[in-house]
Amino acid sequence: MGEKSRAREGLRAYRLIAGMWIRSTMAYRLSFAMTAFGGVVVTGLDFVAILLMFSQVDVLGGYTLPEIAFLYGLSATSFGFADLAIGSAGRLGARVRDGTLDTLLVRPAPVLAQVAADRFALRRIGRITQGALVLGGALVALDVDWTPVKVLLVPVMLVCGGVIFSAVFVAGAAFQFVAQDASEVQAAFTYGGQTLLQYPPTVFGKELVRGVTFMFPLAFVNWVPAAYVLGRPYPLGLPEWAAFAPPLVAVACCASAGLAWRAGLRSYRSTGS
Amino acid sequence: MGSARLYAAVAAGGFRRYATYRAATAAGVFTNTVFGLILVYTYLALWDERPHLGGYDQAQAVTFVWLGQALYATLAIQGGGFETELMERIRTGDVAIDLYRPADLQMWWLANDVGRALFQLLGRGVIPFAFGVLVFPTALPDDAGTWLAFLVTVLLAMVVSFAIRFLVALSGFWLLDGTGALQVLMVTGIFCSGMTLPLNAFPGPLGDIVRALPWAAQLQMPADVLMGEADPLPAFAFQAAWAVVLLAAGRLVQSAATRRVVVQGG
Repeated sequence: MGEKSRAREGLRAYRLIAGMWIRSTMAYRLSFAMTAFGGVVVTGLDFVAILLMFSQVDVLGGYTLPEIAFLYGLSATSFGFADLAIGSAGRLGARVRDGTLDTLLVRPAPVLAQVAADRFALRRIGRITQGALVLGGALVALDVDWTPVKVLLVPVMLVCGGVIFSAVFVAGAAFQFVAQDASEVQAAFTYGGQTLLQYPPTVFGKELVRGVTFMFPLAFVNWVPAAYVLGRPYPLGLPEWAAFAPPLVAVACCASAGLAWRAGLRSYRSTGS
Repeated sequence: MGSARLYAAVAAGGFRRYATYRAATAAGVFTNTVFGLILVYTYLALWDERPHLGGYDQAQAVTFVWLGQALYATLAIQGGGFETELMERIRTGDVAIDLYRPADLQMWWLANDVGRALFQLLGRGVIPFAFGVLVFPTALPDDAGTWLAFLVTVLLAMVVSFAIRFLVALSGFWLLDGTGALQVLMVTGIFCSGMTLPLNAFPGPLGDIVRALPWAAQLQMPADVLMGEADPLPAFAFQAAWAVVLLAAGRLVQSAATRRVVVQGG
């Protein structure tokens, strides 16, 4: 079986499982609406914190409120895409622990697709909505000379950011084959990374920025390309073309996450019964 | 007295139960440290722009961050203590077993939760705090009396935190599905306790309101007592008053729930 048909098969399995979970969610419409709205409020708290800060200051790390809202919107929306698509993979540790992963292994569908679509939670569109609202507000409030390239870069950032965060989720899931109980470590990189990117790079220490640029390339979700859009100096004095690197970074992230996933899956030993 | 020994045993059980999951504890320590790092830099930028915001200097703002990370799990600020378990017992009807045990429902879970909180203070609180103190300039007192007063505020904060979550858990008698109530608990906990921003840095009347709410007893009071921003006695009084009011409310709701609500299951 070729790689291509495997990918198609995976997508098909993903669509079927996710569709099943959506139908099951929609059996309780009011509950769905309430939890989705609750999700908007919970994730919106991060932005309320930023608003509270700006009730006391005019700039933070040299960035104005619309500029930070732009970073926030990009980070939250792209993270929201990844969380919706593949966030369920974060529960892998629980499946390894209680042995229910075995059920997924014997089914004739790629395990990653099954894990990603497991308990597919449509209510997570709350996060995307909240991020998109902030992003929309920022785009209106920003004082930027829009060029076609800059306009095009915004959707590119959202897609590549979503892919990069998805790769982080997959790598985190792969780690859970080994870690099991330590699944919370993943949150430091997913939710932590998302929170980090909501603030401008000028706020953070050099070492931290260097780490999330070269070792763990979250900076390409928004910091570097957004610096181009906003006409700001690049973090760490990166070259001009770095703003257009996100697609490459996204591909590289997927490749390494895929390798990590395979290694993790191969090392899996069932708990037995 | 017999009942004191019983509740001590329940508390010890709560402590030991959480102490079992070492890898999870280590993971929590790591995550709290990472979040502390991120938050510290944003606070430093904020206090750079507005020195003495809320009466804190930079070192105090940094201390507040690491204290928040240290007490985050201890005080179950966004939930995650006994309340999900009690709600599940209410939903399934298992709570009926709890009710005919020769122990008081509220005291039982209080003892259990204090045991959990004490473990998480030691297991998850100490290391992120020590990391923060070693890496960043912090404002810590050097007299033992202040540290002792701080520990008292932390104990009182545990009781206030429990009392809030007990009320939320009891809502399960009427709501059955606790998702919404837990979400409200999460939002109020994070926002009103000062996890997003110290309450003294909140602007205007909003600040006055959040500083009077029970969540102010959780993180703000211990932090202010530790850093010498608040006198211990009024802080104790504020926390104890909220603890008494909320525990009494919990008791009232409990008696209403057990008298009027038909337990699920059969």
